[in-house]
Amino acid sequence: MVYATLVLVPLVAVAVLSLFEWDGLTVGQWVGLDNYGRLIGDRRVINSLLHVAAFWPFYCLLPISIGLLLAVALSRTRVRGRTFFRTVLFLPVVITSVVTAVIWAWIYAPDAGLLNSALRGLGLGGVTRPWLGDFDLALPAVGSIGTWVTFGIPMVLFVSGIQRIPIELYEAVRIDGGGFVAETTAVTIPGLRFEIAVAAVVTSITAFRNFDIVFNTTRGGPGTATNVPALEIFRRAFEIAHVGEAAALGVVLAVLVLGASLTVLRVVERGR
Amino acid sequence: MISRAERLGGYLLLFVFAAYALIPVLGATTLAVRERSSTASGFDLSGGIHLENFKTAWEVGHFGAAVGNSVIVAGAVVTSGLVLSTLAAFAFGTMQFRGRSFMFALLLMGMLVPIEVTIIPLYYGLRAVALTDTHLGLILPQVAAGLSFGVFWMRAFFLGTPQELLEAARVDGASTWRILRSVLLPLAVPALLTLSVLAFIGTWNEFLIPLVIGSSSDIHTVPLALSFYRREYQTDYTLTAAAAVMIALPVVVVYVALQRHFIQGIVSGALKE
Repeated sequence: MVYATLVLVPLVAVAVLSLFEWDGLTVGQWVGLDNYGRLIGDRRVINSLLHVAAFWPFYCLLPISIGLLLAVALSRTRVRGRTFFRTVLFLPVVITSVVTAVIWAWIYAPDAGLLNSALRGLGLGGVTRPWLGDFDLALPAVGSIGTWVTFGIPMVLFVSGIQRIPIELYEAVRIDGGGFVAETTAVTIPGLRFEIAVAAVVTSITAFRNFDIVFNTTRGGPGTATNVPALEIFRRAFEIAHVGEAAALGVVLAVLVLGASLTVLRVVERGR
Repeated sequence: MISRAERLGGYLLLFVFAAYALIPVLGATTLAVRERSSTASGFDLSGGIHLENFKTAWEVGHFGAAVGNSVIVAGAVVTSGLVLSTLAAFAFGTMQFRGRSFMFALLLMGMLVPIEVTIIPLYYGLRAVALTDTHLGLILPQVAAGLSFGVFWMRAFFLGTPQELLEAARVDGASTWRILRSVLLPLAVPALLTLSVLAFIGTWNEFLIPLVIGSSSDIHTVPLALSFYRREYQTDYTLTAAAAVMIALPVVVVYVALQRHFIQGIVSGALKE
């Protein structure tokens, strides 16, 4: 009941809302699919959706690659301090997103920032800049925060997956004279097919839903350089009271998330 | 088998990324205790360690009230989530009823629906029943959002308990209620602990729901209090860091103490989807 009222009803309601023009106060007006039409013509919206694609390598590709390397390093040899490493490497996943944003805003800060002072210390004073205020570099800078936050998730998924791979497969590669690269491409990656797909779904959803970090570092700026759909939904629904448009964008986002997840999972199911 | 070079490479990789994970956290912690007027940068603590920064930030940012709100909300979400998840999962896991698999599929779908989308009608719905800016308004949506995973997680536990155990109890004349309470729940303690850790950390960290539904300052939870604090004292990095460290501390402590449960929950949570 609680679940139905607070998850399912809103889901239907958002679809209904997306067909109205509503300012949140007065009576809404039926406009059919006009809100969707308006979104297609809106550069802010198209921009924010394109930014999801630009953030995607930072939220999905990099974390999965890093996670894979670390999972191999944690699993294939007897590592001293395994628990220590695992605890530390997973820590960024746990930290409150606003705290993460505050920490990284300081790292990227113009004068007192950790990154710029490190660069100056290395004699690279010429490269320093206000990272989050730079039109070209703000997006990769915010994206890198996403990588820092996310890489622990694929890592722990892969660690649990590698345990299921029969050790004989690794031994076979070694007997054939293969090394680390052969092991990874011939045994680890095929053996982790399912986990990699799951990690791709989970991290892609994070990329689609990206809100907290952007809101608390750049608020989508400078200009709209780091604007994302969730931020645009928030702005339209609660700041400028274009609720219908916000709902329409919400429907688009939900469809993208559901569609992407179901597609990846179906492909994996078929592969098994 | 595995060469020395590979072993060294593995350690190197682990050290590099452990540093990558830790440096921002340690940097912020150093910053938090630095002399406020200091213009030092990096990890320079030459001005001495100033623990009073925590006290100042706590008072200036009114974090006491925010911690109170967070404790109320997280406490309520964790306890009601545990009760509802257990009861629903008990039904899904041990009973036969019409529409069971359909309802379960519906429930699982909830895990894929982004809260960033449903927050719009949620806000206007809660406003219509005057629940915005109340604790209950913050609690209910988070309980509901957590139910998908909670029911999934506890159902997996109930399915994993041997059927003979239930039958033996039933033969002994135990009622359904008694089977749940005296037979299953004692066995479920580790599963419930994992669920509690996940729910606690998730609720403590949640930002969007309190931002939209609890925007008035006397209902702020800690992430929101920090977000507003930072906006007001932009350039006072030291005090902002002190506030951030205090806010992250409970979560980090719970995580480090129960990390096995937490990571196990994340892994099986992701793998089910």
